[in-house]
Formats: sequence, C-alpha cells, structure tokens
Amino acid sequence: MDQFLQFLITGITVGSIYALVALGFTIIYNASDVVNFAQGEFVMIGAMTAIYLSGKGMPLILSAVTAVAVTVVIGMLLEKLAIEKARNATVVTTIIITIGASILLRGAALLLWGKDYYGLEAFSGEEPIHIGTATILPQNLWVIGGTAIAVLCVKFFFDRTMLGKAILACSFNKRAASLVGINVRMMLLIAYGLSAGLGACAGILIAPITFMSYQSGVMLGLKGFCAAILGGMGNSTGAVAGGLLLGILEALGAGFISSGYKDAISFFIILLVLFFRPSGLFGKAGTERV
Amino acid sequence: MKRLLGFYIFAVLVLGLGLLFPDDYYVTVVGTTVIQNIVLAVSLNLLMGNAGQISLGHAAFFGMGAYISAILTTRFGINPWAAMVVSAITVAVISYLISKPILRLKGHYLAMATLGVGIIIHIFMVQADSITGGPDGMSDIPGLSILGHAIEGDFAWYMLFALFMLFVVWAALNIVDSRAGRALAAVHGSEIAAQMVGIDTARVKTHIFVFSTVIASLVGSLFVHQQAFVSPESFSFFFSVELVTMVVLGGLASVFGSVFGAVILTLLPEFLLVFEDYEVLIYGAILMIIMIFLPDGLFVTMKRNILHWLQKRKGAENTEHPSPGMEG
Amino acid sequence: MAMETAGSYILEVQGLEKRFGGLTAIGDLSFSVEKGVIFAVIGPNGAGKTTLFNMLTSVYTPTAGRIFFKGQDVTGMPPYRLARLGMGRTFQNLQIFMNMTVLENVMVGTHIKGRQGILAAALRLPYVLQEEKMLRKDAEAALEFCGMADLANRSAAGLPYGILKKLEIARALAAGPELLLMDEPAAGLNDSETLELSILISRIRDSGTTVVLVEHNMGLVMDISDRVLVLNYGRLLAEGVPKQVQTDPRVIEAYLGSD
Repeated sequence: MDQFLQFLITGITVGSIYALVALGFTIIYNASDVVNFAQGEFVMIGAMTAIYLSGKGMPLILSAVTAVAVTVVIGMLLEKLAIEKARNATVVTTIIITIGASILLRGAALLLWGKDYYGLEAFSGEEPIHIGTATILPQNLWVIGGTAIAVLCVKFFFDRTMLGKAILACSFNKRAASLVGINVRMMLLIAYGLSAGLGACAGILIAPITFMSYQSGVMLGLKGFCAAILGGMGNSTGAVAGGLLLGILEALGAGFISSGYKDAISFFIILLVLFFRPSGLFGKAGTERV
Repeated sequence: MKRLLGFYIFAVLVLGLGLLFPDDYYVTVVGTTVIQNIVLAVSLNLLMGNAGQISLGHAAFFGMGAYISAILTTRFGINPWAAMVVSAITVAVISYLISKPILRLKGHYLAMATLGVGIIIHIFMVQADSITGGPDGMSDIPGLSILGHAIEGDFAWYMLFALFMLFVVWAALNIVDSRAGRALAAVHGSEIAAQMVGIDTARVKTHIFVFSTVIASLVGSLFVHQQAFVSPESFSFFFSVELVTMVVLGGLASVFGSVFGAVILTLLPEFLLVFEDYEVLIYGAILMIIMIFLPDGLFVTMKRNILHWLQKRKGAENTEHPSPGMEG
Repeated sequence: MAMETAGSYILEVQGLEKRFGGLTAIGDLSFSVEKGVIFAVIGPNGAGKTTLFNMLTSVYTPTAGRIFFKGQDVTGMPPYRLARLGMGRTFQNLQIFMNMTVLENVMVGTHIKGRQGILAAALRLPYVLQEEKMLRKDAEAALEFCGMADLANRSAAGLPYGILKKLEIARALAAGPELLLMDEPAAGLNDSETLELSILISRIRDSGTTVVLVEHNMGLVMDISDRVLVLNYGRLLAEGVPKQVQTDPRVIEAYLGSD
C-alpha cells in the first residue's frame, strides 16, 4: 500500500508534466488543426535555457521567466515561419514540417549545450517530506502545484478573457472569426506562443527531478501526444486528465510490472484506446476528426 | 519498353557503378546503405504515397526481419536463407494481425498508432535481453552464401543488395501501373468512391501493409547478415521518421521519388560531416524548407518542371498540338 | 439472406426509416423499381433524397426497413459488395481521383472485372498483362460511350466541372452495372450540358442499365424519367409516371408551399 502511494506520487508528478504538454498540444491542434511534433522540444528548450541561465549565476526566478519568454518567442517563430507558410498542406506534410522543426530545435540545442545531461537546482530544497513510509520531495509539490496553477490560468484565459474567446472562435470557424473582425493570424501566433510557454513551464518544473539533455524533449512530446489522445484530441480538460492518468498508469506499470517497459506501457495503452475508443476517454464516442 | 525505360537506365547505372568502382568506399560501402534505404523507402512509399496510409513505425519491421534472422541463425543454427523466409512469414503474420485495427484509423491517429507499434517493438529489442541481447545487440551473425560461394567483400554485398533493390523497384513500378495499384490510389483518393466501384478498401490496405512490411523484413535480414552484428539503435523511432522523410522528400506516390529521397538523405549526413556539430540543425532546416516550399517533393517538382519546359519548347516549335498533362 | 422477393423489380424498398436523434429523415418509405427504367426521386430541399441514396448504398444503415437488390436482401451490406452485385453510383460532390488520368479513373471503375492482387501485379504474371489489356478495353469503351474517348490521357486535375461529371458516369459504367444510382447528375451543369446529359442517361437505360436518380432539375426529370417518386419530409408523397405526378395537387402544393 505504501509502495502504491509512492508510485502514485511519482505518477502524479510525471503526469502533471504530460498534462501540460498535452494541453499545449491541444491548444495548437484546436487553433490550427496541426499536430505539433515539436511540442516536446518546447519542454526541452525551456528547461535547458533555465538551467543554462541559472548556471551563469542568474537568480532562479529570473532564469525561469527568461526561459519561458525565449520559448514563447520560438513557438511564435514556428507559427510565423513554418505553419503559416504551409497553410494548405496535408496532414502528412504538416506532420513532417513539425518533425523537421523538432529536429532543428534539437540540433540547435546540441550545438549550444552539447550532449551532456544537466540538472536544475530544486526550487525549495531537497528535504523529503514523509507520508507514512512514502516520501515526497518539495519539488514534486512544485510540479503538481505549478501545473494546477498553469491549468487554471489557461482555463481562465479561454473562459473569461476576450482574447481567449477570440482564439476559441478561430478554432471553431476561421472565416466566421475573421468576418467579425478577429485577427486570425494574430490569434494563431498567440496560441503557439501560449502552447510553447506551457511546454517551457513543464520543462522548468521537472528539470530539478530528471536530468535534461538536448534529447529529453522527444519522449516527453510523444507522451504528451499520447495523453492528448487518451483524453480525446482537442478536449483540453481531457488532455489534463489524460496526462495525469497516463502518468499514474505508467508509474504503477513501472513499479509493479517492469521499469524497462515503462514507455511501452504508455504506448500500449494508447493503442488500446485508438483501437477501441479513438475519440478518447473523455471525447464523445463516434466523433472522428479526419 | 517505354514504361520501364527509366528503370533500365537506373539498373545500368546502379550495376555499372559497382562494376566500375568495386573498391571505392563511397560506392560499395556507403552505396550498400543507400540501396538498403532505397528498398525501405520504396516499400514505405507504396503504403504511404500510393495508398495514403502514413506509417511512423516502418523501421521496426525492418528491425524485426533483422532480429528474427539473427536469432534463428545464431541460436538455432538455421540456414540464413531459410531464416530469411521464416522472418518474412513471421512479419507478414504479425503485420496482418495488427493491420486490421490500425488501418481503420486515419490521419493523426494512424500516425500515432504506427508510431506506438514501432516504439513498442523497439523497446522490446532493448529490454528483452535474454532473446535479443539487449542494448548491446548480437554479434557473430553468419554471412550468406549462394550455391556454396560465400558472399564476401564490399563489392559482392553491394551487388547482392543492388539486385534485390532492383527487383523491389521493378515490382513497385509494376504495382503502380496495375489494377492493384489503381486500387491503392483509389483508396488514397476517396474511400467511399473506391468502395462504390467494388474495392474492398480494408482488404487493399491490409494487403499493401503486409507487402510493405515483408519487403522491409527481407532487407532487414540481408542487412543483418552483411553487418554480422545487430543492435536496437538501427531501428528506432528516429529511423522511421527518416524513412518517412525520404518518401516525402522525393514526392509521395513516386517510385523514383523515393529512390531519390533515399539517396539524398543517406548521403546528406556524409556531406554534412564537414559541418560536424551543425549536422542535426541543417538536417532539420532542409526538411522544413522543402516541406514548406515544395510539399510535392523535390524529385516530383523537378520532374514536373522539366516536363513543362520540354513541352513548352515542343509547343514553340509546333503550336498545332496542345500538350497533354503528364504525371508519373 | 433472410427473404427473397421475385419478379421484375431490380430494387425494392420496404418500410425504410432513418432517424438522426429525434429527427426522422426518412419514414416508412416503400417503393419498387422495375428493370430497365429511369426512376427519378424528387422533392423539395431537405426532403431526404440524399439520405435515401446513402442508405441504398450502405453509407448509412437504416433504422428500420429492408432493401432488396435483384431480389436479395442487401440491407447494410458493405458498399463494395453491392458494387460487385451490380450496383453503381455517382456522387453529388464529385469523387474523382485527381492524381490520375481520365483513362486511369475509368479503369478504377473496372475493378470488379479483374482478379489480380498486389503480389501478381508486382511480379507481372502473364495473366496480369492480359487482364490489364481487357480492363483497358472496357474502360475505353465506357469513355467512348460517354463521348470522351479523346480525353483518355488527360490528367483529371485540369478538366472542367462538366467533363468531370461525365467522367464519374463513365467510371461507374465501366463496371457494367445493372443498376446505376445518380445523385444530382445535372447539378452545376449549364443548359447544353444538361441536354447532353439527358441524352446520355437515356442511352444508358437503352443499353440495359436501370437508372435511379435524385434530381432538382424538374425539366430533366420530367423529360427522361419513366417513373417519378416525390418525397416530402422524408415520406412518400406521390409516385407514378411524370404526367400523373406533375398534375398531382399534393405535389404542386408541396413545391409551391415550400418555395
């Protein structure tokens, strides 16, 4: 039982990161119908930039803010320079474009930081907190809390602000949105920026727990994609729930079955979901977006 | 025969290069890798370009062929050729079984599912070390021999790979220009229209998926006997992506487009070695630029422009004949 | 197969119903189509014409009722098997394969006449060559029939709308169907193209293929149809020869009332 609790803590922590990546995926997917295979690189860039800056002596909070800002700009550049230019591309082409972007970003990171792994200092010490025989690190709480705040902010943004509603309007019908005076291109740019920013937050939150390298974004991105499908493509609440669920299942699978097959478990779950309920656990059955 | 004219020129070129430069590293060593990638790209293109079913897991089937051959020959001492056949049959059965649920999916979902299958197979290669040798892989895999003559040396391997590749390219060209090929294109174009002319779309997709994975398996078996060594590294998600890139770079549904894509992308890292650390960066950039500005693929766009230019010249000489559109 | 019906009817519909949620798109619809006729289904917008077509070709599964084709219960049978039994279809929104030539498009239509699979095609076995020749001949004949033999090697992508509509008919005919369902064949055509089309449809019937069409263009329907069925709000309003239907007060009311 205690073991179970320990795995649960790990699962929720990792799941929080998946949730943020999945949420970023969903925002871009809804705004532009693009499945962004470079989503994981946002996580990596955010983390690596923060690590680099704090390593240079910049205070942690300032490093984090700068890292998020840098990633937001990269996200917007991706939209401006690639996605916008290939507006009429097919699904396969956009998949390849974003894969190309992810390779490019990985290449840039490799150039800047080499192949080594780096860690970030924990936000508030490394003294474990005991819950029964299970332990939880302060950083785990930071990850979970940070994710919760980010998710609530995103929710508030889309539900309550004009700008958020304008982006949603674009995702439902671009033509209608532009007819009522919404600047669709600007909205797309903001959506990509927001999505990149979320990825960067995820990276900075998790960096003190797992070491980061130029390659760390790939698996995180794919898991975020898994989580988004698990929750139902395009459903942001589902994306968050899917992320948490995937994180927990993965941690339990790694703990009780085999840690080597941890990633295989995630993808196996996704295959089952795709085969039997392609609309995701929280999507309406039968709604297939082609 | 006009239909296969391009193929004959290509065959002469490939075999000629080997015969003229049997000791050249770039021809017989790098060339063999190029040829292996041509086979993989051409087989993937039938599935992806012609039938319109994206696969982000093709490398895994290549790997399955390689591993099954390696295991059967080293652990059980089975004749390599027999092992090759057993590998191909095993891959055919496995891909047949997974094709049913997978190929019902479309677009992003299909991409995700094939990616998942590829990653799961790859993880199995890494983790199941009692069977696969784990991350270190397996070595001392026997070579091949034909009628008692062992295939030894870069030149012999190059020729063997070249002949197999030419067979695959020939077969692909035949398929494209046949009832079966038109059924693939119809599935790609409109599934409902295909069904209404009597095409069992699910069956067509399954067949081409199995065919394509079996070709990948066969070249995997050849690869493993040539290398005498196998490790999971060669069959990762990244390689699957690279194969997709080759197909798209050349141009979907074009056999020689895939050949072209495979040649370029296999040679590119060799040239980018000069740029050392910039290699990955440049690779990503090229990929993006081509996809954004030439979404039909480099080869197909080039071919179209050349044909246009030729027709224009012809048109200038002889204005009587309006030139018909050509596509191949 | 559960029930068999006999007689000279090629298509029989019994108590057909389709509901989407609470909305009944087609309700309690029964009719029969005799062999060798042109049978038109008309009705105001939203009368359920396309829904009916989509059920006849198994794109939708009916909520209730049965469909018999050549006496065989084919309700819910997959479209490709319907095609193999001899049912062809053209679409309201063109479903042309744009990356193929005109001839290749029509050769796709001959699919059911061949048997080669991927493996045989890959190895180009001798029978494959023979089969290809035969399929090509049939496709050329279908093109000839539709008066577009000269366009055979043109790429479909560059052709005008009117030609593409004919191409779709040629593709359906290439399979040699006994029953051809045409969804709004005249939509988007100008007057001379429509005239040409009406001649083509009559010739299709005369060559022995039964035609069922859904159409808006009343002139075309009344000119060429042997029988007309009027749908209104998913239900049968009237059925008979064109003259009968044209003078039916209920039909006049439905059209005047709804327009």
